[in-house]
Amino acid sequence: MKKIHLLIGGAAAASLLTGCASMPSPAELDAKARQAVKTSFRDQGIAKTDRLNQDLGQSACSSDKAPDDATADKIMAEALHSVKWPANGQYLGDWKAGEKLAQDGRGMTWTDASTDSKANGGNCYNCHQIDKKEISYGTIGPSLWNYGKNRGINSLSSPALAPIAQYTWVKLWNAKAYSACSNMPRFGHKGLLDEQQLRDIMALLLDPKSPVNQ
Amino acid sequence: MRTRTLIGLAALALCAGAQAQKSAADGIAEYRKMLEDGNPAELFEAKGESLWKQKRGPKNASLEKCDLGLGPGVVKGAFVTLPRYFPDTQKVQDLESRLVTCMATLQGFDAAEIAKTPFGRGEMANVTALATWVAAESRGLRFNLPQGNAAERESYEIGKRAFFFRGGTHDFSCASCHGEDGKRIRLQDLPNLTKNPGDGIGFAAWPAYRVSNGQMWSMQLRLNDCYRQQRFPYPGFGSEVTIALATYMGVNAKGAESIAPAIKR
Repeated sequence: MKKIHLLIGGAAAASLLTGCASMPSPAELDAKARQAVKTSFRDQGIAKTDRLNQDLGQSACSSDKAPDDATADKIMAEALHSVKWPANGQYLGDWKAGEKLAQDGRGMTWTDASTDSKANGGNCYNCHQIDKKEISYGTIGPSLWNYGKNRGINSLSSPALAPIAQYTWVKLWNAKAYSACSNMPRFGHKGLLDEQQLRDIMALLLDPKSPVNQ
Repeated sequence: MRTRTLIGLAALALCAGAQAQKSAADGIAEYRKMLEDGNPAELFEAKGESLWKQKRGPKNASLEKCDLGLGPGVVKGAFVTLPRYFPDTQKVQDLESRLVTCMATLQGFDAAEIAKTPFGRGEMANVTALATWVAAESRGLRFNLPQGNAAERESYEIGKRAFFFRGGTHDFSCASCHGEDGKRIRLQDLPNLTKNPGDGIGFAAWPAYRVSNGQMWSMQLRLNDCYRQQRFPYPGFGSEVTIALATYMGVNAKGAESIAPAIKR
């Protein structure tokens, strides 16, 4: 009788032990999750598995906790360093072409044919209000209505234009320069949009004639 | 006086803007409500039920002995407990991967072949119909996924990490769109899936009939198209990440009422 009790007690203790031992540590879970990501995807069309290889910013911003200050500073510094400035200091293109790009949410999925930036849209309205006439806009990013006007740009010769144009160019080229874990894609840095496309979106936001600034 | 008129006009314009917005969103809601009276998902439910009972496959057997976690043949209530751990496969499985296991063991189908079949085709279309019926049998019940097994808890933790995993050309993760309350893409409301988003929202709505393309979408297809829009590579059907994400969302949705199969834009 006593022996049976002991046996049962032993078995319970053993199962308790395995119960404890079988839950991996947070670091082990991180490794298991990385392995799961690695084995769960395959290439399809232009979307290859190398898209799962994270750079510092992507890996440091892959949890519900923000990275530490030193890491965030490093991400922002690298992002700022990555910015390629527009040729001949020409920041603004055609706002009409910019509006078309802002409306266009296509590009870079496995159902798209080409990774050429010419095949891509800017996705802007998916997350931002821009021209108020467009009522179908997203709210993940802030409203950009009156973006230039609110910053005192009432003509192309306004002294307010140059610093705001530079700031906005950086934001579009690599948004992580200002916020390490920004939700915004790095349009210039990742080759999603070319210089001319970026200039056109710049004009949509900053040109005093753009409907955004009326 | 003039300033006042201007302010008045501006206020009016603002109101008009807000109203136009509201009516667009309301219009969509009304449209969905109207469609609920005749949700085409019912056709897939009926197809799924007959597939469950029909003798099919190399073994000429029905799925009526399939164990969805509550015992062989128990369908009602199973949907709101999945994904869960299954001792026979020694894996955490979601509804669709479990159905494929049953189709392989009971009916003799080739599980790997089914997993490779594109959505909407061949036996994969049958898996979707079966999942639609099984989900419908739990309509009105509340999600309560088991987390007693270490593999189930591990699946949740891996799912949480996958949910926040950033990658691809656009640096998106699931959390980019589904990590905060009250956000939308264009006019589409985005549920916050890091917690219980409410009855019939998010995990508690799929499978769903998609009006915009006239297709029945399972949770596996829902996740697949999320990853497409995230600009990620292609997630395998029933792959570990998709099941872990389902565990994460399902556990977070504890207590939410299932309305699946729902109807979507």
